[in-house]
Amino acid sequence: MANSETTSPARPTAAAAQAGSMALLAPAVAWLIPGAGHLIQKRWIRGLLLMVSIVLMFSLGLAMSGKIYKPNTGDLLDILGFVGDVGAGGLYILGRMMDWGNTAIAFATADYGTKFIVVSGLLNVMAAVDAYHIAIGKKP
Amino acid sequence: MILFAMQVSHFAAAFTFSLFASVVFGITQRPTPREMLRYGAYCFGVFMIGMFIAGWIMWILHH
Repeated sequence: MANSETTSPARPTAAAAQAGSMALLAPAVAWLIPGAGHLIQKRWIRGLLLMVSIVLMFSLGLAMSGKIYKPNTGDLLDILGFVGDVGAGGLYILGRMMDWGNTAIAFATADYGTKFIVVSGLLNVMAAVDAYHIAIGKKP
Repeated sequence: MILFAMQVSHFAAAFTFSLFASVVFGITQRPTPREMLRYGAYCFGVFMIGMFIAGWIMWILHH
């Protein structure tokens, strides 16, 4: 009896601490690896679908000779393109490290590819926010 | 560095774009699996219908 009285107040605190750490970890992991924020919270199907969708979109963008934007202070659309690309997290870092992507958009398919890469980054941000909402209990 | 230059039609690009975007919209914007599926299908339908309408508007403007 006395034992349960002494241990019960500690349980909500431990659970809250775990939820708090997950609220930080889930979006960070989700940004770095698309879909992983859902996978570490045992949302297997959602995580896999997000991972396949975002990685395929980014890969198709590269295959279409899309451009990966570098940090820049030039044209506003170039700055926004960079912001979108950075959303892809690990894929963006990998792409920059391996020097993937086109430097100049010379034909229509390359323009589609560039948009695919930017939008995959933006979709990854949406997935990271969703992972955060799951971590704080706002979403099942 | 260009890995390879894949050539796709505008329709194929728009179709794949709509498919992947709809999957992510469905999962992130709705709470339950059933609603996710419905909203994803709705977004995909809106993308497709919008694409056809925009295509016809551009054709009319061109001719």
